[in-house]
Amino acid sequence: MTITADQENQGPGQLRVVGTRAARHDAVDKVTGRAQFGADVYMAGLLHGKFLRSPYAHARIRSIDTRKAEALPGVKAVATAGDFPIVQKQPIEFAQSVRGSRITAEVILAHERVMYVGHAVAAVAATSFHIAEEAARLIEVDYEVLPAILSIEDALKEGAPFLHESMTTQFRVDRFGRGEDTGVKSNIADHIQLKSGDLEQGFREAEVTVEREFFTQTVHQGYIEPFSSTAYWAPDGHVTIWTTTQGIFNVRSSTAEIIGVPESMVKVIPMEVGGGFGGKGTFYLDPVAAVLSKKTGHPVKIVMTRKEVFEGTGPGSASHMRVKMGADRSGRITAAKFYLAYEAGAFPGSAVAGGATTGTGQYNIENFQIDGYDVVVNKQKAQGYRAPGQSQANFAIETVVDELAEKLGMDPLDLRLKNVVQEGDRMPSGVPYPRVGLKEIEEAMKAHPHYSAPLEGPNRGRGIAVAFRWQGGQGSPATINVNSNGTISLITGSVDLSGTRTTVAMQAAEVLGLSIDDVVSTVGDTDSVGVSGGTGGSRVTFDTGLAAIAAAEEVKRQMSARAAQLWELQPEDVEFRDGIFTCTKNPADRMTFKELARRLGSTGGLITCSVYAPTTGVGPIFAGNIVDVAVDLETGKVDILRFTSFIDAGRAVHPGFVEGQMQGSTAQGIGWALSEEFFYTENGTVANSSFLDYRMPTSSDLPMIDTVIIEVPNPRHPFGLRGVGEVAAVPPLAALANAIYRAAGIRVTRLPMSPGNILEALEEKSAQR
Amino acid sequence: MPDRIRVRTRVNDAEVEFLCESRQSLLEVLRDVLGLTGAKEGCNDGNCGACTVIMDGRTVNSCLVLAVEAEGRSITTIEGLASAEGLHPLQQIFLDEVALQCGFCTPGVILSAKALLDREPRADEARIRCWMGGNLCRCTGYDKIVRAVLRAGEAMRKGAS
Amino acid sequence: MREFEYVVPDTLEEAVRLMVEKGHRARAFAGGTDILVQLRSHRFEVDLLVDIKRIPELNQLACSEGEGLTLGAAVPCYRIYEDPAVARLYPALVDAISIIGSIQIQSRATVGGNLCNAAPSGDSIPALIVLEAICNIAGPGGHRSVPVEEFCTAPGRNVLQEGEVLVSLHLPPPMPGSGAHYLRFTPRNEMDIAIVGAGASVVMDDARQRIISARIALGAVAPTPVFARKAGDLLAGKEANEESIEEAAQAAMAAARPITDMRGTIRQRIHLVGVLTRRALRTAILRAREV
Ligand SMILES: Cc1cc2nc3c(=O)[nH]c(=O)nc-3n(C[C@H](O)[C@H](O)[C@H](O)COP(=O)(O)OP(=O)(O)OC[C@H]3O[C@@H](n4cnc5c(N)ncnc54)[C@H](O)[C@@H]3O)c2cc1C
Ligand code: FES
Ligand code: FES
Repeated sequence: MTITADQENQGPGQLRVVGTRAARHDAVDKVTGRAQFGADVYMAGLLHGKFLRSPYAHARIRSIDTRKAEALPGVKAVATAGDFPIVQKQPIEFAQSVRGSRITAEVILAHERVMYVGHAVAAVAATSFHIAEEAARLIEVDYEVLPAILSIEDALKEGAPFLHESMTTQFRVDRFGRGEDTGVKSNIADHIQLKSGDLEQGFREAEVTVEREFFTQTVHQGYIEPFSSTAYWAPDGHVTIWTTTQGIFNVRSSTAEIIGVPESMVKVIPMEVGGGFGGKGTFYLDPVAAVLSKKTGHPVKIVMTRKEVFEGTGPGSASHMRVKMGADRSGRITAAKFYLAYEAGAFPGSAVAGGATTGTGQYNIENFQIDGYDVVVNKQKAQGYRAPGQSQANFAIETVVDELAEKLGMDPLDLRLKNVVQEGDRMPSGVPYPRVGLKEIEEAMKAHPHYSAPLEGPNRGRGIAVAFRWQGGQGSPATINVNSNGTISLITGSVDLSGTRTTVAMQAAEVLGLSIDDVVSTVGDTDSVGVSGGTGGSRVTFDTGLAAIAAAEEVKRQMSARAAQLWELQPEDVEFRDGIFTCTKNPADRMTFKELARRLGSTGGLITCSVYAPTTGVGPIFAGNIVDVAVDLETGKVDILRFTSFIDAGRAVHPGFVEGQMQGSTAQGIGWALSEEFFYTENGTVANSSFLDYRMPTSSDLPMIDTVIIEVPNPRHPFGLRGVGEVAAVPPLAALANAIYRAAGIRVTRLPMSPGNILEALEEKSAQR
Repeated sequence: MPDRIRVRTRVNDAEVEFLCESRQSLLEVLRDVLGLTGAKEGCNDGNCGACTVIMDGRTVNSCLVLAVEAEGRSITTIEGLASAEGLHPLQQIFLDEVALQCGFCTPGVILSAKALLDREPRADEARIRCWMGGNLCRCTGYDKIVRAVLRAGEAMRKGAS
Repeated sequence: MREFEYVVPDTLEEAVRLMVEKGHRARAFAGGTDILVQLRSHRFEVDLLVDIKRIPELNQLACSEGEGLTLGAAVPCYRIYEDPAVARLYPALVDAISIIGSIQIQSRATVGGNLCNAAPSGDSIPALIVLEAICNIAGPGGHRSVPVEEFCTAPGRNVLQEGEVLVSLHLPPPMPGSGAHYLRFTPRNEMDIAIVGAGASVVMDDARQRIISARIALGAVAPTPVFARKAGDLLAGKEANEESIEEAAQAAMAAARPITDMRGTIRQRIHLVGVLTRRALRTAILRAREV
C-alpha cells in the first residue's frame, strides 16, 4: 500500500518512470545462475588461499614457523603481517584522525598480538583449496597467552588491564567530529556526549518516570555469500582485484596503502555481492590475495568459509544501555537520560555514535543527556550492520516509551504523536529537521486496520515502535553515453547490492524522457569511473541518483544545443519535454530523443557526459511497525502472527524494491529480536559459528510482512526520495518486546528474546508474585 | 597428487564425464570443474541451501554430496532451467515479482520451488514455507519469494490445463 | 579435509570385509549429512569411506500390519515418510524424520545414520525407542541384534565394534489400541537441533480409557538418548487423564540429566522435558483413540 501525503509539494509533475515497477537490470542473470559473484572468478593458473586463525582471544605471537606448510606439495607461498609494508612503516595509533589503513591491516593479519579468537595470523596459497587448508594447519605459531577481556563490564572494571597501552579516550560532541584527546588511558576509545536543556528540571516536571537497563548480544549481518577476493599482481606492478565489497574505492585506497603501492596501480573490479548489510563495508582478503599473488606470480583466490565469516569478520556490537525518561500528565516527554556502551571489538569503532545520535530522535525532547561509549574488548572488530548502532538504542528507548504510555494510561501511538518531531524541531545532534514524515507514519499506523483488529486467543499481544535514521550523504559520479539509437549507457561507481543499478537508471530515464529499457546501467571498476562513495547508509538510490540526474541534465543541455544547431537557432530556443525537443519559435520543429540521437554523428559526434554530484546532505528517514505475537507460556516461544511495516520513502522510486527493503529489514530485525546472538565461550570462541546454531529466521519462522509506504517528499531531492535501505530494520526489536509484554506480561530487557530468556523472565515474574 | 576418479553422469540432460578426488563435493566439481557456477557455496555444511541442485528428482545440498556419488545420476542445476524458448515460468515470475535482491540464494530457491511445484502444484503458503525452510535468504524476508512460488503454481497449473 | 579412499560395495560381506581391513580408519557412509560435516570441521580423519547405499539389505523398506516395519539402514528419510503404510502405521516415526534438517537433508539423511551418529539430540532415536525398534547388526563375527535403547553409548559412540555395520531396524507391528508421538522443542521452526525431544507410546484398553503400557524416551537431555522406562511404567494400569500424564512427566523430568550449553540450560531443559512429555503423551493417547 502506498499513501502519498503532501500532494502539493510533489515537485515535478507526472512522473513516468520513477514510481513504476521496472524490471531489474541484473535479474535475468540472477535467475539463470549467470550472475558472477566474487567466488565465481576463475582464470588460468589460479591458486587458492587459506588462513590460519588464532585459537586465543589474546596472545602475543612469539614466532611463526611456516616450514612444514611450505614443504607440502602444492603449496606456493605463505604470507604473514610482515609482508605488509604498512606494518613495517607505521605503528598502530588510536587518535581518531590517524585510525585507518594501519588498523585495517592489523585486523586482516595480526602482527605482534592476536586480539580475538579467529584473528588471522598467516595465509597460504596452494594449487587447490584442500591443499591450502591442509597447509594452513601445518603452520606452527608459538603464542604467549595473555589475559583477555570479553565483556564491557570487565573492560570498564577498576584496574582492568588495558587492551592497548597507548590508547586514551577521545571525547566528542559531534558524530563525525574528531574529538579531543582526554589523555586518559582506558578501554574506552570514544565518548560521545549530546546534551540539551536542564535534565534535573525536566525530571522535576515529570509525572511519571521509567528507568531500565538493557543488554543486547553480538549479532551478525548474516549475508549468505561469504567474503571472497581474487587478486593478480602483474609483473609490471599492476594489481587487479575481483572482489565482493560494498565499496570498491575504499578497497582500492586502503589496499594500496597496506601493500605499499600507489593507488593508481590498483584496479578493483566489483563482482555481484551476495548481501552485505554493512558487513562488506570493510574488507579482509584483498591485500592478502595481492601479497600471495606477488609472491607466486599467479592469481590467488581466497573464499572464506562460513565459520571464518562468523569468527573473522565484523559483527554488530553487543551493548549495555541504561535509560531514564520522564513524562508529564499530558504525555509530554520532559526529560531523557541515556547511557550507551557498545563493544567495539579489539579495535575502536563501534557504531555507538549511531545509537547516541538517533535513539531519541523520534521525539521532541527539550531536556536530555546522552552519553555513548565505545569500549574495546577481545572480540572481532565490530562493523556496521544495517542502520549501524541504531537498533540497539531504539530497542531501549522504544521499550521505555511504551512503559511511559502504560503508566500514563495513554495509547502508545497517542503518546508518540504527542511528542512527534516535525520540520524545524531538532535532532539529538541539534540539527533542525527538514520536512519529514513521522507524523504521517504515526497517523497511518493509527488508522491502519491492523491497529484496531481484534486480537483473539490466549497470550497474544500487539506492540508498536517507531524509529529514526538518516541516510548517508557522499558525493557520486555518473557518466552517460548517448548511443546513436537513442539508448543511453549509464555508468556509476557505487556497487549495486539490491537493485540500485535500476533505481538510479530510472531517475536518468525520467529526466531524459526515456523508458527504463532504453538505459543500460553498469557499475564500473575503479579505473573506469570516478571516485564514488561506498554502498551503505541507504545512500545509493539517493546520492548516485542525484549524480545520474545531473548527468542526464547535462545530456539534455548538450542535446538541446545540437537540436538548436540543426534548426539553426540558439539553445535557449529549444525546449525538452516528455522526451521531445521542440523549437519554441516554431513548434512544428520537433524531434524525439531517439530521432535526435540518430543525428548526433552528423552534428559533431556522439555525446558523453560525466558529472560528479556532491550530495545534498544526510537526510532523516522514519519507520514504524505494528506486530502481533503469541507467546507459548510453557516453552517461551514467540510466534509472529501479523506484521505491518511502515516507512516514509519520500518517493518510492520503485515500490517493489521499497517493499523488498522493508521486508528484508524486518526479517533481520526479527532475527535480532528473537533468536540471533553469538555465544562466546569462556575463552572467547564463538561457539555457534554456523548457520545451524546462529539462528537466522527461515521461511517457516516468518509471516507475510505487510508494507505501507508513505510518501512525504524529501526537499533535498528533485524527485523527493529518501534512502530506504535500513530504517525498517530498526523498530522490530522494540515492537516485538512491546508485543511480548502485552501477550505475557513481561518486559524483556535482554536480547534475544529467545525461549530461554522468556522462560526466565516468566519465572522471575511468577516469583515476584 | 592423489589419484583421480572418473565419473560419468548426466547434468542438465547432457552426458558429462569428469575427474575428481574422493574428497571433492558435487558442488566443488559443478563449479570448479564443470563451470556451472550457478550453484553457490554459502556454508558448505547443509544449512543454507544456496548449493541446492536436483538429483534424480530430489533436491539435495550439493555441498553434502560427494562428486563421486554423481556416477550414473541425473542432475539439474539452475543453468538447466531456461531453454532456447526462454525462461522457466518460475524464473520469469521471480523476475516479475522482484522475489530476489542480492540473488545469491536465488538459484537454490528456484530449484527448491521447482521440485515442490513439480510434485505439488497446489502447494499453499504454509506448505511452501515449510518446504523452503532449507533455503536461507537474508535479503527478502521470504515474502516475495513465497508469493512468487504461489503465483508460479497457479501459472503452471493453468499452463498444464 | 584430507583425501580418503571411497568405495561402493555391492554386498554386505564386501562392506564388512573392507571395514575390517581398515579398522577404525574406515567409516560407513550413508547420506553423509553428519560425516561430511564432521570431516570438514576436522572432528576426525578417515582413510576409507564405505558407501553402503548399494547394498540390498540396507535398502529394504517393508511395512505391513502383520510383520511390522523392516527398515534398511541406508534408506533416506523421504522414502520412509512417503511410504503410505509407514505413514499409517508409524506416525511417530514420521513425526521424527520429517523434521530432520530440511527437504534437501531428508533426500539424503538416513535413520541408520541418525542412529549410528549417536547424537543425544538425534531426532529419530526417541521415536525408535518408544516404538521398540531392534537393531540388526552384521560384522566379521556374523549377525546380532540389539534393542535400540541400548545402541548409543556416549555422544557420537555406539555399540558397533570395528568392522560392524548396522543393517536394518525392525519395528514390531503396532498393537491394537496403541498410539505414539514424537516432538521436539527448537527456537526455530525448522533447521534447528532439539533443545529437548520427547517420544511417547501408549497401548490402551479396548475402551481406550485405561493405559495398559507406555514407553517414554527423551532426546538432548543426557549423553545418550534416554529411555525413561520408569516414567512409562508408572502409567501402566492408569486412567489416561491429566493427572497420570503429569505423574509420568514428573518421572521423565527426574530421568533427565542434561547439561547447560549454548542451546539450553539445565533448568530450561528439565522444564521442557515436563512440557514435551505431557504434549507427547496427549497426542499419543489421542492417536490411540483415533484408530
Ligand atoms: C543442515 C543439517 C540439519 C540437520 N538437522 C538434523 C535434525 O533436525 N535432527 C537430527 O536428528 N539430525 C539432524 N542433522 C544430522 C543428520 O542429518 C542426521 O543425523 C542424519 O540422519 C544422518 O544420516 P546420514 O545418512 O546422513 O549419516 P552419515 O553422515 O552417512 O553417517 C553418520 C554416521 O553414522 C555412521 N553410519 C551411517 N550408517 C551406518 C551403518 N549402516 N552402519 C554403521 N555406521 C553407519 C557413519 O559412519 C557416520 O559416522 C542435520 C544435519 C545437517 C547437515
Ligand atoms: S553451501 Fe550447501 S547448504 Fe550451504
Ligand atoms: S536475495 Fe540475497 S540472500 Fe536471498
